[in-house]
Amino acid sequence: MAIGIDETAEPHVTDPVIDVVDLRMRYGDKDVLLGESFTVQSGEVVALLGPNGAGKTTTIEVLEGFRMRSSGHVSVLGVDPGRGDEAWRARLGVVLQSWRDHSKWQVKELLSHIAAYYAPYATADRPRPRDVDELITTVGLTEHATKKVKELSGGQRRRLDVAIGIVGSPEMLFLDEPTAGFDPEARQEFHEVVRKLAANEDTGILLTTHDLSEAEKLADRILILAGGRIVANGTPAALSRQVSVDAQVTWSRGGQLFTASTPQASRFVQQLFEQYGDDVDDLEVRRASLEETYMAFVHAFETGSDADTNALDLSSREGADRSSAESKR
Amino acid sequence: MSIPTTVFRAGMVRGRSELRHTFTNFQDLWGYIFPAGVLLVVMLLQSSATVGATGFSLGASTLPGAIGMGIAFAGLMSVAGQLITEREDGTLLRNKAIPHGMTGYMIGKIVLTIGMSVVSLLLLLVPGLFIFDGIQLDAGGVLVLVVVFVLGMAATMPIGAVIGSLFSNPTSMGFVMLPMMGLIGISGIFYPLAKYPEWLQWIGQVFPIYWLGLGMRSSMLPDSLVTVEIGDSWRHWETFGVLGAWAVLGLVLAPIVLRRMARRESGSAVASRRERAMARMG
Repeated sequence: MAIGIDETAEPHVTDPVIDVVDLRMRYGDKDVLLGESFTVQSGEVVALLGPNGAGKTTTIEVLEGFRMRSSGHVSVLGVDPGRGDEAWRARLGVVLQSWRDHSKWQVKELLSHIAAYYAPYATADRPRPRDVDELITTVGLTEHATKKVKELSGGQRRRLDVAIGIVGSPEMLFLDEPTAGFDPEARQEFHEVVRKLAANEDTGILLTTHDLSEAEKLADRILILAGGRIVANGTPAALSRQVSVDAQVTWSRGGQLFTASTPQASRFVQQLFEQYGDDVDDLEVRRASLEETYMAFVHAFETGSDADTNALDLSSREGADRSSAESKR
Repeated sequence: MSIPTTVFRAGMVRGRSELRHTFTNFQDLWGYIFPAGVLLVVMLLQSSATVGATGFSLGASTLPGAIGMGIAFAGLMSVAGQLITEREDGTLLRNKAIPHGMTGYMIGKIVLTIGMSVVSLLLLLVPGLFIFDGIQLDAGGVLVLVVVFVLGMAATMPIGAVIGSLFSNPTSMGFVMLPMMGLIGISGIFYPLAKYPEWLQWIGQVFPIYWLGLGMRSSMLPDSLVTVEIGDSWRHWETFGVLGAWAVLGLVLAPIVLRRMARRESGSAVASRRERAMARMG
């Protein structure tokens, strides 16, 4: 993981920064969300995955207070987003997808202007706003600080979006498709920024993405949303175990390659060594990748084999996750 | 620093930044200078013609009306147009995501519009004072000009914001532009309203444009020209009354309509407008 992160840091088990129980959304006679339940803890990075139209953006917009829900209990930083005031808003960070807004503004000019709004909301443990020069360096826009927003490339503009989202030192950060248009290096740097926010500042982070490897690297926990319901909730590893009970074991012996599929990889490998000892070479045990896991969940949902997916609830954070119990019903 | 002070300051900074952007941008500058230039040329060409029996230059008598029209235009059309554009491009949503960002946005818009209007006014007034003999501004005239300007801004900007909130598609500005042009036609800017049929006079006098023109004429034309006006009077109190009434109406309506509009802003609303705009641009 990225430099500067205390690897032993575990998210605190306190009141969740996000608590959603049976969130429903209906437009006209079309149901978009059919009763979502989940939580996000402070310092936790949660990735919301799902096919287009599954309701990811709707969910995030309800939590951001930009959209009224049809029913259900929603609490963000202890406040109902439908009634959130400006002091509540000051504790949130929203990374928006920019297009051409503020195109005549210079990068630093815009960031300094936005930063100024947060000053009255500083607290002892959370100085607000963040230092703008430092922030520009963090997101890698130092050489572009005096450029106009319209002169930035797509990736640079996304970095600015991220900077705007975190300039107020948010306690909860929402990221909708944050790395769309990033090159691999920028993506790497962005991941570092997000990990640091979660680890060092205890910021709760909820992001949507289509990039499954990104979700796997970044998220402590994955939520898979399909057809308006959360069909899976757990760490990437736990989800993968649930989907394919079997692990793929490959090894070579005497220059020949072997593959076996087994539900109990450890025992299999032990027996392998007992049997062949040092002859075993190139050993690899592989579980399903998040991509395969994701496809399995979405496929199960689409083919209507609810029996599998409804039973899945693998949140690893015991005692902290009320939503686990809720979504089982 | 308290929250209101912070927000007020941020709004002022926003307005100042946007003024700098508009005055350092060739396209925007051209947008100020070109219409002023065209109006001045047209008025120069009218110089040889005179107003009725007064012997006064028709061109000079049109100048103050054009200045009044400019204020109405900035307050109504420029505010409406910016609101529609900035809703489409996500500027509004960005501000909505900031604590008190919408208030700051509005303060910034007021500063920007007033600044733009002052510049547009000076671009007509300063050359006009040199070109046309009859134009005169004494201390009393300056006072009337300032009062009419301030009241005119207060009367038009909130209504402009309401118009801008009701339309979400920049192409629909055309629907606003047409009635606006018609209204200018019956507001006595280029031709004395007193010469129109009475029912048209009544319609013209309902809207702020006529009164902005009248107020500006009263501030810088010689008193002899009052005979051209309805009732042979500059009707200052009526001017202040009608402009004031529009200001009150706007200030009551605008917060309600703006709040309703802002409530509907979200990432997906901006995204769908973006898609529509992309389709429009081909």
